[in-house]
Parts: sequence; C-alpha cells; structure tokens
Amino acid sequence: MLNAPRLSIRHGRLIDPASGQDAVTDLHLADGRVLAIGDAPAGFQPDRTLDAHGLIVCPGFVDLCARVREPGLEQKATIASEGRAAAASGVTTLCCPPDTRPVIDNPAVARLIHQISKQHGLVRVLPLGAMTQGLDGKSITEMAALKLAGCAALSQADRPVRDTQVQRRALEYAATFGLPVFLVPLDPELSAGGCAHEGIVGTRLGLPGIPEAAETVAVARDLALAEQTGARIHFRGLSTARGVEMLAEAQARGVQASGDVALHQLVLSEHDLEHFDANCHVIPPLRTYADQAALRAALAEGVLTALCSDHQPHDADAKLGPFPETAPGLSGLETLLPLALRLVADGVLDLMGMIERLTIGPAAILERADLGRLAPGSKADVCVFDPEAVWTVAPDTWISQGRNTPFMGCELRGRVSWTLLGGRIVFER
Amino acid sequence: MTCSHPQLDAQGRLKHCLTLDGLSRELLTEILDQAESLLGVSRQAVKKVPLCRGKVIANLFFENSTRTRTTFELAAKRLSADVLNLNISTSATAKGETLLDTLRNLEAMHVDMFVVRHATSGAAHFMAAHAAPHVSIVNAGDGRHAHPTQALLDLLTIRQHKPDFSQLRVAIVGDILHSRVARSQMIALQTLGVPDVRVIAPRTLLPTHVEAAFGVTAYHDLSEGVRDADVVIMLRIQRERMNSALLPSEHEYFQLFGLTEERLATAKPDAIVMHPGPINRGVEMDSQVADGRRSVILEQVTNGIAVRMAVMSMCLGNQGLTSQHLEDTAHA
Repeated sequence: MLNAPRLSIRHGRLIDPASGQDAVTDLHLADGRVLAIGDAPAGFQPDRTLDAHGLIVCPGFVDLCARVREPGLEQKATIASEGRAAAASGVTTLCCPPDTRPVIDNPAVARLIHQISKQHGLVRVLPLGAMTQGLDGKSITEMAALKLAGCAALSQADRPVRDTQVQRRALEYAATFGLPVFLVPLDPELSAGGCAHEGIVGTRLGLPGIPEAAETVAVARDLALAEQTGARIHFRGLSTARGVEMLAEAQARGVQASGDVALHQLVLSEHDLEHFDANCHVIPPLRTYADQAALRAALAEGVLTALCSDHQPHDADAKLGPFPETAPGLSGLETLLPLALRLVADGVLDLMGMIERLTIGPAAILERADLGRLAPGSKADVCVFDPEAVWTVAPDTWISQGRNTPFMGCELRGRVSWTLLGGRIVFER
Repeated sequence: MTCSHPQLDAQGRLKHCLTLDGLSRELLTEILDQAESLLGVSRQAVKKVPLCRGKVIANLFFENSTRTRTTFELAAKRLSADVLNLNISTSATAKGETLLDTLRNLEAMHVDMFVVRHATSGAAHFMAAHAAPHVSIVNAGDGRHAHPTQALLDLLTIRQHKPDFSQLRVAIVGDILHSRVARSQMIALQTLGVPDVRVIAPRTLLPTHVEAAFGVTAYHDLSEGVRDADVVIMLRIQRERMNSALLPSEHEYFQLFGLTEERLATAKPDAIVMHPGPINRGVEMDSQVADGRRSVILEQVTNGIAVRMAVMSMCLGNQGLTSQHLEDTAHA
C-alpha cells in the first residue's frame, strides 16, 4: 500500500454519510489516504484522473459477513477469488466468520488470514474470532489473544452455543476486553433439521420447517444475557418481524444490541422456494412477505444499521441434490450493490441512507471509526458506482468462485465502476 | 427463479409426474379417465397392452417399499415395458454415489423413465431438473412432499363410489405433518372442487399452517371431524413417532384417533373408509372397520395399478388417447 498512486476522481457525486456530504465534486487521493475534497491542493499532480461523471463516489463498503473459505475450504473459494469478487462489488472491508478449517480460535489462524489477504491486497479481511474452542460451544477461546491478532469481533458462525451458561460466560469474558460479539439468532433445537421457513410454502412443499420461534427464542435469550452481562452483542442476520421488534424494544431500554440483515432477505421470500431452487436454501430461511416488510421498515427506522451480503460461496456439488440435502447459503457479494439499490428504488432508503448502512453503519458495529468514511486524512477506500447501469447476471461475467446465486440470468441495476483500497485501484470495469 | 412448469412439456402435456400441485382439473380428470379405461386390462386373460412396448422403466427406490414398487412394476409390465428394479438403499448410495451419479449411470443404459422414491422432499424435482431431455420422472413419494399416484388412485376410488366431487365432505385422519400422501390428496381434492376437506389429528401431527396452505379445516376430535363425512381417509402412522415428543403412546393415540365403528357413527351411512396401506391394526383403525362393509382399501390397491399405468403411459407420450382407443388397444 506504500506505492498508492496520486489520484483524482473528478465530477462524481460524492456521498459520505459520516459527514453528510452529497455533492458533485472532486476527490483527491495520495499516499493511500484522502488528500482533499473539492479543489486539489496547490501543485497536486495526479498520476491518474478518473472521470466519475454521472457516477456515485462513496466510501468502500464494509461487509459484516462474507465467507472467503480459506483456510481449509479452498474447493469452495479462496481469499484471492473472493477478494476479486469483493473488489468488483465495491467491498473494501469484510469480516469472515470463524468456521474455517482450522477454526479461527487461535491467533495463528487469524494472522494467517491477515497475511494472505494482505498479500493479495484486494480487500481488507477482518477475521472474526471463535467464541468457543473449535466452535464446540463448551470452552471459551483466548479472546484477548484473538483481539491482539486482529480479530474485530467474536462469533460462533452459524453454530450457536446451546448451553446458556457457556453463552453467558463467553459474553462476560468478551466484555472484559470490549470485544463485540456477533450472534446468529437461531435456537439450535427449534431449527434442527429444518431448511425452510415454517409457513405456507414450506408446508405445501413438505420441507422440514424452521419456525419464527427459532429466532425469537434465541433473540430473547441473548438479549437477556446481554442485559445481564453488559456485553455488546450484534444480531447477525435477523429474518423475522418479531425478532426485529424485540431488538427495537431492547434498544429502547438501552441494551447494547445491534442488528443487521442480509440483502437477500429483503428481496426474496419463502415464495422463491416453490420450484425447490437450492440457491434459495439459506439459513435463516427466506420468510414471509410480512417479515420482509418489517425488516425493510426496521432498516429504515435505524433498528438495523447494517446491510450484509452474507456471502457463502459453494462448489457446484454442494448445491447438487434435493433441496434439504444441499448446503445452505448463497454467493452474495456481487449482488450486494444492485439489491441495496432496489431498496432505494422501492423508497425504503434514500441513497445516503443506503450507503450509510453499507459503510459507517457496519463500521460502527465493529467500533472502527477509521472505516467507511471519506474525510481528508481517512483511508482511501473508495467505491465508484453507476446506479443506472443495467446488467445481466451471467456465468461468464461472474467473479466469485461460488456461482450459487438465485439471481443467475436476472437483470439487475447498479454496477461498480472502480474500487480503491488504500488508494490503489483494485477493480476497474 | 425459473417459472417454467417443471412437469409439463411445451405443449402442456405431462412429461414428468412430480406433484399434483399446478396440474389442472382437466388433466387430473384425463388421468382418472385413462385409468378407468385401463382397469379392464387387469381383468383380461392376457393382461397386457402395447402402450409402452420397447420402453425401459426403472424403479429407483431409495426407500424400501414392497407394495408401491410392486404395483409400479406390474403397471409397467402390463404396458409391455421392460422393467428394472433397483433397490438403491442397499447399493449405490451406501458406496457414496450421489443421486446424480446414479441417474447418469442409468441414463447411459437408455432408460426412458425413472420411478423414484426418496426420503427427501424435492428429490423427484431435482432428478427431473437434471434428467436428459428424453427421460421422464415419476414421483413414487419424496419425503413429506408428494405422492401423486397414491392420491390419484384415492381419487379414482372416491369417484367410483361418489361421482360428484362438488358435493363431497372428505376427512383425512392421522399424521398429516409427515405425510406426502395427505399433501397430494389435499391439493388434488381442492383442484377437483371438493368443498369440504378436513384434517383430523393432534396439533403435533398437523403442520402449523395447514389450513392456509391447503384450504382445509383442522379438527382435533375424531367424531366431530368425521361428522357427515362421505369419505374417511386414514393415514399410516409410523411407529417411531410413538413415545417421542410428538405422541405419548399408541394407546392414547388409538383412544383418541383410532377409527372404530362407534366413532364412524357420525359419518354418513354410506361413507367409505380408505387407507393407503399397510395398516397398523389397532393403531389407526380396528379390524372391524378395516375389513368392514365401508372399507374400500383393497379397491384402492387394484386402482393403484390402473392409475400408475395411466400416468406412465401419458408421460411416455400417450396423452390425448380416447377411451375408445385405449379399449381397442386393450383388445388388440
């Protein structure tokens, strides 16, 4: 990052939610940082000028959950392959959950991920440390050491701790070091064996269900524990109306709890399962139209402060089977921006609000004031995108190694033109 | 996110038989009419018609089922097809072969139709989506999802006794939650215009959204649920559901939901009693009912062969045949 060029991005509509700026102006970058906004400093000679006329210039996106599958699951994806996908999607920082092989439950694995991602230099990868050793849900990890090794937060990936006492102790220990804890709200017993929302569509298709209560029971437990322990918890991927309602109520009482939602939950629903499309097999499951509307409202009201790709690239075989036997998760990085723009088109958020939930919203959950903003002196992580560009999702232009997207063949609006990481161009179309 | 119909060809004819969901009343009626015409074949001295001569039909059973497999086998043989019986639960998958590998290997042997039974919902749809273009898939039961030929043979049996579907009251009793038979029945009864379909079970055996999903009415009391019913369909209950979080005991289940002559007293005097078999006597119903005058259980078995002949024949290209044509073929 030392050799970042001097760049001017000219005539773009700069939107920076941190400062509230929304104006057509120029952005000047040097030494990997923002040098100036508006007029260039006297004598500034850019190495290159990008013409952003008609485009939006904003901070690079911060994604709270994107699996890069490395180490250990390289048949699905690698830090390099998903780094390219992230860069093409405007994502400059992503958090990877600890369910790698080996699990991120010790500093060595966290450092390895840091090293590899630095080497490729495509995206800033923040590992999430495991709450329990080997994600076994029984013994807590060396959280202080994980923090020192660069873990931004702690997580159990999608394997929630069953034992409530262990959960309590893990939250207490994490709070000792001021580490936020990402929790996937899913009761392990109520969701066991399930692969679809327990609703009308799942019932008709005879798919084993995951009831709304699988989420609300977990939300209730973890909110009570957060209140008891003073830990800062973040609900990763809420999916139900009642779940966000409970979060809002707890936030109003001052409980330190935040929440995000995966974009696919805001545009897909249980009805997309009707032909057993395994690419719609996600956990938590796609729920009802009413849930979708409530999630959108919670996003607009600020109960949910981050949008997330919940990117889970899979090898083709993982999705080749009868629906319940396939691996859950979809490849979501490349559809992050166009799906977020759909919320703008639908009037849920304005552009500023959408960008906020992709930048300082998630950065605040990570307690990283240095991410997700474009002020003089801040990191030159920049996304330049064309909000009107229409493109068709096709296998030959797809970048992620995981092609498991339900949007293959669909026409989407909104495409990244350039992505800059620390002042270097890591993607250009 | 594809919207094309998974089981009809471009001309709207039956290509696969995966589920009754999405099939029109006209198509269901045509299948029943064809089955009715084919019933005669089984009563002839030479029990064969050449409708599928030269075709190869493979019975691909990933779950054991002697009864269903046997009726499919007989149906295929009466259509003059060559039949392969593959009991996969004990062979390929035990060696780690995937469902798709199994399909590809058999396709390479130029099989024209697979009759598939699998423990996972959606297995038949998956196979249809990946089968070669000339191959047809007939679902012989997938997980909790669908068992279309069973529901069709039930409809044929009902129609033989109660020809006017628009006047019927049908009660389905038992483990609706895990039943692919019940799902296919509820969908078909609704498509054919049956105005009152009831499901009767304790809440643990009813899907949470059964009423909204299938347009039926849920009852938790057997006598009340079968009141004035024209048709009472009993479902098989798996013994492993007993002594679990779903049901406390066979004893209590039979006390509350087992069908006896006494409990049947509230049904219409000419009500028929059905069961997909095999019956757990003393759990789902007592022998007096199973062997009684209202029981049409053995007719269901006979109809099963005719319905499966009709479905297989139609999927292999013999749709739109008139009953006269079928009878001519039968006597040829």
